[in-house]
Amino acid sequence: MNNRLLNLCLLLCSLWAIAPTSHAQDTWDLDQLMQSLATIRSGHASFIEKKSIAILDKPVESSGELFYTAPDRLEKRTLKPKAESMVLDKDKLIVEQRGRKHVLSLQSYPEIAAFIDSIRGTLAGDRRALERSYKLSMIGTQQDWNVTLLPLEDKMKKVVTSINISGSGNTLETIEIKQADGDSSLMMITPLPAP
Amino acid sequence: MIVASLVIISRSHFTADLSAFLPSNPTAEQQLLMDQLKDGLASRLILVGIAGADQATRATISKTIAKNLRSNPAFVSVSNGEAITIERDRNYLFNNRYLLSPAVTPEHFSIDGLHIAISDSIDQIASPAGLLIKSLLPHDPTGEMLQLLDAMNAGNKPELVQDAWASRDGNTALLLLQTSAVGSDTDAQKQAMQFIQNEFNQATKHIAATPQPTLLMTGPGVFSVIARDTIKSQVRVIFIVSTVLIALLLLAVYRSLTALLLGFLPVATGILAGIASVSLWFGVVHGITLGFGTALIGEAVDYSIYLFMQSDQTGDKEQDRKKWVQLVWPTVRLGVLTSVFGFAALLLSGFPGLAQLGLYSVAGLIAAAVMTRYVLPSLLPADFSIRDVSNAGVKLSHYAQLARSLRWPAVILVAVSSVIVYQHHHRLWNTELAALSPVSAADQALDARLRAGMGAPDVRYVVVVSGNSQEAVLSNTEKVSAALQVLVEKGLLSSFDSASHYLPSLATQQARLASLPTANELKLRLTAALKDLPVQPAVLAPFLTDVEAARTKPLLQRNDLQGTSMAMAVDAMLLQQGQHWSSLIPLTAPESGNIDVTQVQVALDQAQFKNTLFVDLKAESNRLYSGYMQEAILLSLAGIVAIIVLLLFVLRSPLRVVAVIAPLAAAVLTVMAGLALFGQQLIILHLIGLLLIVAIGSNYALFFNPVIKQGIPDIPPRTYASLVFANVATVLGFGLLAFSSVPVLQAMGVTVAPGVILALVFSAVFARSKG
Repeated sequence: MNNRLLNLCLLLCSLWAIAPTSHAQDTWDLDQLMQSLATIRSGHASFIEKKSIAILDKPVESSGELFYTAPDRLEKRTLKPKAESMVLDKDKLIVEQRGRKHVLSLQSYPEIAAFIDSIRGTLAGDRRALERSYKLSMIGTQQDWNVTLLPLEDKMKKVVTSINISGSGNTLETIEIKQADGDSSLMMITPLPAP
Repeated sequence: MIVASLVIISRSHFTADLSAFLPSNPTAEQQLLMDQLKDGLASRLILVGIAGADQATRATISKTIAKNLRSNPAFVSVSNGEAITIERDRNYLFNNRYLLSPAVTPEHFSIDGLHIAISDSIDQIASPAGLLIKSLLPHDPTGEMLQLLDAMNAGNKPELVQDAWASRDGNTALLLLQTSAVGSDTDAQKQAMQFIQNEFNQATKHIAATPQPTLLMTGPGVFSVIARDTIKSQVRVIFIVSTVLIALLLLAVYRSLTALLLGFLPVATGILAGIASVSLWFGVVHGITLGFGTALIGEAVDYSIYLFMQSDQTGDKEQDRKKWVQLVWPTVRLGVLTSVFGFAALLLSGFPGLAQLGLYSVAGLIAAAVMTRYVLPSLLPADFSIRDVSNAGVKLSHYAQLARSLRWPAVILVAVSSVIVYQHHHRLWNTELAALSPVSAADQALDARLRAGMGAPDVRYVVVVSGNSQEAVLSNTEKVSAALQVLVEKGLLSSFDSASHYLPSLATQQARLASLPTANELKLRLTAALKDLPVQPAVLAPFLTDVEAARTKPLLQRNDLQGTSMAMAVDAMLLQQGQHWSSLIPLTAPESGNIDVTQVQVALDQAQFKNTLFVDLKAESNRLYSGYMQEAILLSLAGIVAIIVLLLFVLRSPLRVVAVIAPLAAAVLTVMAGLALFGQQLIILHLIGLLLIVAIGSNYALFFNPVIKQGIPDIPPRTYASLVFANVATVLGFGLLAFSSVPVLQAMGVTVAPGVILALVFSAVFARSKG
């Protein structure tokens, strides 16, 4: 489950990436960021993800595309090194790999559900929902911001140490996840025109 | 004789499953179907649902029940999705991955093979599933476990809510139990259900939730128990109610308790003789036969009615009886013979259920008639008398005269019926075996719901591999599996399950072990294989240890599976009957819908496997049933031909035979048209009902067309009275069956009750003799 949790995290965090930049403002805080993100209706982006794993000498790299349709459909389509897809549709998580399709219900995974509800709360501009699961902090400016999410629950802490998202305006640029076991992943996101 | 019958009945065995409707000389496919229905693993499964309360409570109840039932020897396995079995399953797969994985070949462990497999695993780490593989990599860099897990996850599993299985909508907690007893052992199944109920009651004793948690159970064994209980209780109620109603009717007519008791004597004799002969001949009496038996009271009681009501009451008893024997008995005897001839045809049926009904009727009717003719008259007390019914008879004979003016309307009615029957002729008969099931529609719906929730589709397509040892069957199964795998890759099948996935043949296991290099050799190859990969050989030290351990371990035997959920799967798919072994390979249709039967058959034919059979269980069961249906129709026609021959022989006039048969044919047609109009599809028991209309109705028709050429030119009024009362008694007997919730009993009720009324009316309408 841990991997799924993380992947969802990746998937969902990447939503921030796939939206056009809004008008500039002089002051920029967490509330404004949330409001700005909540205006996103749909998006499309490419990603490159690097995972640093202790047992491997060098990081492994994967790449693909991300799709988002408000309010609750998200897809992470990995193209390299192996074609795979992961779709979150309402409360169903559909994972397709090696020619097999697995359908999971979020109800079955309360940790993931809590995580997703928080993310959804964020997308809706509901900062309080996000703060039920994470301690939030933001540094930087509107053009170059950086949000850190620290899990509050012990269960989550056993998997994830921190999630770090950076971006510009309402566009995400990177998502960095540090795992409790020391491994980490970094996803770099580039917005694409809508398909 | 009555005593002997009682003794036999007291030792009789009663059943209520579908087995009575399965053939006694099956084909190989039918045998498989029957084995599966009676003793197959599917027959031993009980699906349990817990509804009501809230999610958490349901999951807790599920876990409590499962924990307690796991220590009960009545159950082989109790699964509810708890980690207990999942952990064991994973351990079995992981610890034996080099014996189980089909990827294990000498090439796989060559330098190139290792290089390819390990770089694949590294690619996987980059994928969303990467974290799972990350922890496996040091032990299993060649990805055997992942491959096994993929194969395991092929089937749909129910969802987990609070660590316990739940239906898709999340409203019902689910458990899957396998009983130690086979499904056809109804007593043991009932006990198993009791155990489950007790544990549920215990677990919910202190739970005060709204709505209260409720227990749902389904499965073939549960069905047999419910069916037997339903049939038992309904037959009892119908028997008591119809007996009371007929008794009240007779009492109202006779105004004599003695007459009433004596009148029931032939009935009792008939029932006892019927059950005893079925028990002697078949060894077991089906519940349906009993249900049918109670209804037959309605006909057997007619004989005594004819005796009591058609006898002269001059005061000289001796003379009166003699006259009855001389004048009336030949007609009654011919009526009995007609019925017996009709039912005797059923004795030839290859299906025990039908033959039982035939034997029951023949034995019962003969016993009742013999009792009426030879014993009853001598038992009548000297002062025996019943109420004079001449007045009513006169009135009735007046109506009978009027009836004749209805000839044309009747002819039109019959013509219309014929048209209706013709219009419905292609959907007149129900061709599904399930239509015979004594299980109510509500119970079937519950079963379908829980099954869907379990993600357990009906096993419909099965490849069967037979042989004379477990090893031979497993090894052939592996060959067939290889051929089926090609179909899966082509997308013709979504997946298939096979015992050899969990328990490969010893030969295959040995071959896989032989593919594993020695520790030193593997170390050398691994170092070479890792040359330009981002993994240090030291990281993979556990891999070397595990492979070496696998090389020295004994091969897997069936009991190594014990405690895993795969043990149940293997038990279901690998069967032994004496020296005969067979392995079942259930196929799952591709997502697009149906399995292309021809393509699968062609693939199997091309491979030229020996002792391999591709079976469509649903088609097979329906073929079985339509064979059964066709046979029943032919036998019924044979019965009718026998009746016609008998009538020709006795009446010696084709015209008179036509006069007797015409009203019966008219009644049968009208009833069929009526059933068709009400949207009732006819099942085999409707057919038996139609045969009964002919058998019972022939009595009426014969009375309206007397046998004796001289002596009684006119039909005496009391005959009319006796016919009407006999008719009402029959309608009471059969009519109650129409209210039964058991489809087969209901079918008989709705056919016979209106049918005999129509037979009487048409007999009057078409009567030849002058009233």
